[in-house]
Amino acid sequence: MGENTKKTIKTIKVDMDKCNGCRTCEMICSAFHAVPKYSSVNPARSRIRLIRHPLRDIYVPVHAGEYVNAECAGRDKYVINGKEYEECAFCRASCPSREEFKEPDSGLPLTCDMCEGEDEPLCVKWCLNDALTYEEREEEVEEDEIKAQTEMEIGLEALADRFGLEKITDAVARMREKEQ
Amino acid sequence: MRYAETGFNLEIDLSRGNIERVESDPELTKHYLGGLGTNAKILWDRVPPEVEPFSPENVLIFSAGLLCGTPAIGCNRTIVSTISPQTKLMAFSMMGGFWAPELKYAGYDRVILRGKSPDLVYLWIKNDQVEIRDASHLKGLGATETAELIRQELNEPKAQVASIGMAGENRVYFASIEQGRSSASRLGIGAVMGDKGVKAIAVRGTKDINIAQPAEYLELCHEVMEYIKWRNDNPVPGVMTIMQGIGSPQEMKVHDEKWHTENFMWGNTRVRRKDFWNEEVEQQWTKTMDSMRTRFISCYNCPMECGATITPPGQPTYMMKCFSKLTYTMAAFSDLDFGLKIAQRATEYGVDGFSAPQVMAFAVELYENGILTDKDMSGMPSDNEGRFYWLLDRIVRREGIGDVLANGTYWAAKEIGGGAEEYAHNNIKKHEQLPLKLSMLNPIYFLMYCTGEKINITQIEGQFPQAPYPKREEREAFVKDWFQVPDEKFKQYFLDWEPRGENSNPYYPTVRMSCEIVDWQEMMHYIDDALGMCAGLSSFPLKPPYHIHNYPKFITAGAGIEMDEAKLTKAARRYRTLVRAVNIRRGMRRADEKPPENHWKKRFPELEKDLLDTYYRFKGWNNDGVPTKETLHELSLDYVTEDFIKRGILTDNDGDGLSDETSVKDKSK
Repeated sequence: MGENTKKTIKTIKVDMDKCNGCRTCEMICSAFHAVPKYSSVNPARSRIRLIRHPLRDIYVPVHAGEYVNAECAGRDKYVINGKEYEECAFCRASCPSREEFKEPDSGLPLTCDMCEGEDEPLCVKWCLNDALTYEEREEEVEEDEIKAQTEMEIGLEALADRFGLEKITDAVARMREKEQ
Repeated sequence: MRYAETGFNLEIDLSRGNIERVESDPELTKHYLGGLGTNAKILWDRVPPEVEPFSPENVLIFSAGLLCGTPAIGCNRTIVSTISPQTKLMAFSMMGGFWAPELKYAGYDRVILRGKSPDLVYLWIKNDQVEIRDASHLKGLGATETAELIRQELNEPKAQVASIGMAGENRVYFASIEQGRSSASRLGIGAVMGDKGVKAIAVRGTKDINIAQPAEYLELCHEVMEYIKWRNDNPVPGVMTIMQGIGSPQEMKVHDEKWHTENFMWGNTRVRRKDFWNEEVEQQWTKTMDSMRTRFISCYNCPMECGATITPPGQPTYMMKCFSKLTYTMAAFSDLDFGLKIAQRATEYGVDGFSAPQVMAFAVELYENGILTDKDMSGMPSDNEGRFYWLLDRIVRREGIGDVLANGTYWAAKEIGGGAEEYAHNNIKKHEQLPLKLSMLNPIYFLMYCTGEKINITQIEGQFPQAPYPKREEREAFVKDWFQVPDEKFKQYFLDWEPRGENSNPYYPTVRMSCEIVDWQEMMHYIDDALGMCAGLSSFPLKPPYHIHNYPKFITAGAGIEMDEAKLTKAARRYRTLVRAVNIRRGMRRADEKPPENHWKKRFPELEKDLLDTYYRFKGWNNDGVPTKETLHELSLDYVTEDFIKRGILTDNDGDGLSDETSVKDKSK
């Protein structure tokens, strides 16, 4: 066992009671991720989506999580304080069963990157009603394991950059054959 | 590439069922900016004065403001323009909400409807796919209900829907268009939509809006955001609570209604109840609001929470904003419980929250004074609140007396006769006004009431405090951070304005100062209405985040149109003059420009004449309120001159020499 070390966990706390439904989070997310930065706006490209039904008082801002290539075998509905939330309302996946979290033109999946390089995610910064707040916390992880993993990945990435991923995969396959 | 705007209009001929996507001329945007400005140009070009509001030749334009859909906070307004059935003049009502940005993302700056559909239809716009769809199953349904059903049947929960209720279908002259938490209510544009056979326009867009100078634009937006935060923490002292902050007056949040209930008029705008507000009322109304209000809500890209979802017990939820909270309550001499409940039904029917209660109170007063009789009101319940529900139901269906009342107090009084005209006492240009009656003439407000072409005081007032501060030190503190003024002299005007004595109403601010103050206030509203900015963050509140100094930068960085203060001022003046030209061509003249006779108790005919004479000259209009040839030429509106000459409104040799006269007058002061 190696020594323990700290890892930063980035969290956006969503207070649905404070959401006023304005969709500024969607707007600024799409602008920030435009290329060049802020050169266009299109909430349909946003990595945060507000699931919003004012007449049912439903306001759920959801950040795009990882892409998955299959839908769930079954789905859940939640009822909270008498309000029924739609299937997938709290799910962050970009998946075949929903329109959310895909580029409207290419269909490519979108993932929230917490606005890397900024002090805090811009959806948080632009939410003046504090429905979204940013929190960082440290978690302890085993250092050696992480270190080894990181080193190996950096090395592999460098090799992939130089020779292309396909050649690396082939080489690994050949190495495995030799070993057997 | 086009920036901020999409560069495309959607032209829909409802008679033929023809839909076209037409590229617009970028030069037009430079001249008229978009929104209201471009709408005025389209109305001028396409709707000659002979065209009646309910003619297929009338057009109904839904225009997104120039900067809608960009990161500019609070820029979300749709400007709906047409010819009003009530005033027969140009109507341009606005709505916030979510519709305008969605239209932009679908790839259009505006939708222009002409002709009439033989059957009730709704329009479905999804990016490049645009359909005219059958709406026969939606006939008679409420505006909010309709929007929900359309989203369901299209399976498009994110579609934004602008719709009319029964009032619009039945061409009630004060029918609104409802959308999200907003509505375009004034001047009967919902009736024109109903006349065209259009129940709703649903839109969903997933395209980009481009920004010309992204980094600069974001920096401007950040400045606005920081100022909003600062302004929310620093209310303006010395004015009544609802004027202290920014946004629309925070009627959904404020419980203390002493000021409104004791200063605004009750019933048919006649009765002032000076000692109405007490602890018991406050407790009861607070309880009502707290029990029915579910959540504060906002329009697209705006942190202000000017609206709320309201759920009266046993009734569907609806969305409310601003002063419709009290208009029904006060028209009926009732309480907030009644007001919030009847407003639910009124919102579904789609009626204007100012005109509708006033028309009903007018009918009740006519009945109480024997001008409307039991025969006219056959079936009306005897209890006060029941009467209002009954009247509302008759009006939106145009049943019996409702058919007469559905034309608003001006036209209804004419038709009823027997002295009824005396009771239609709160109109300007045939349009119902806020329920306000005051004592001493305020020269600034006199000009705004007379000449405002939105014909609604909240749509022209704003930047200059409504009343002087009692103490000089307070005034000095007020002007200290008043950087929104277009010129330093406005600070001096305010500093010298006293509640009593020589420098007080009605002779101070002087005639000339009043002209300048009105001109500034009006200009800010006109700029907002072209850009699609909510008046609540700009032209309406004191010390707003948007003003004449940062707007040109927003236009330059956002739309890529080189702009400065002088150019923007001129552009606003151009389309403001064009709005007037549309109305002048339809017969509006000086004689129409007057406040309700009883708006102020103390009137000053000579001063009022001087005010209007001077203001007309200041604006470059002749003594009848018609823009002069020189003015039109200066604003590159020579095509208006040509038309005016053809119609005999101006003559070929109308050398007006106004500038001389003005300078003579100035010297004499």
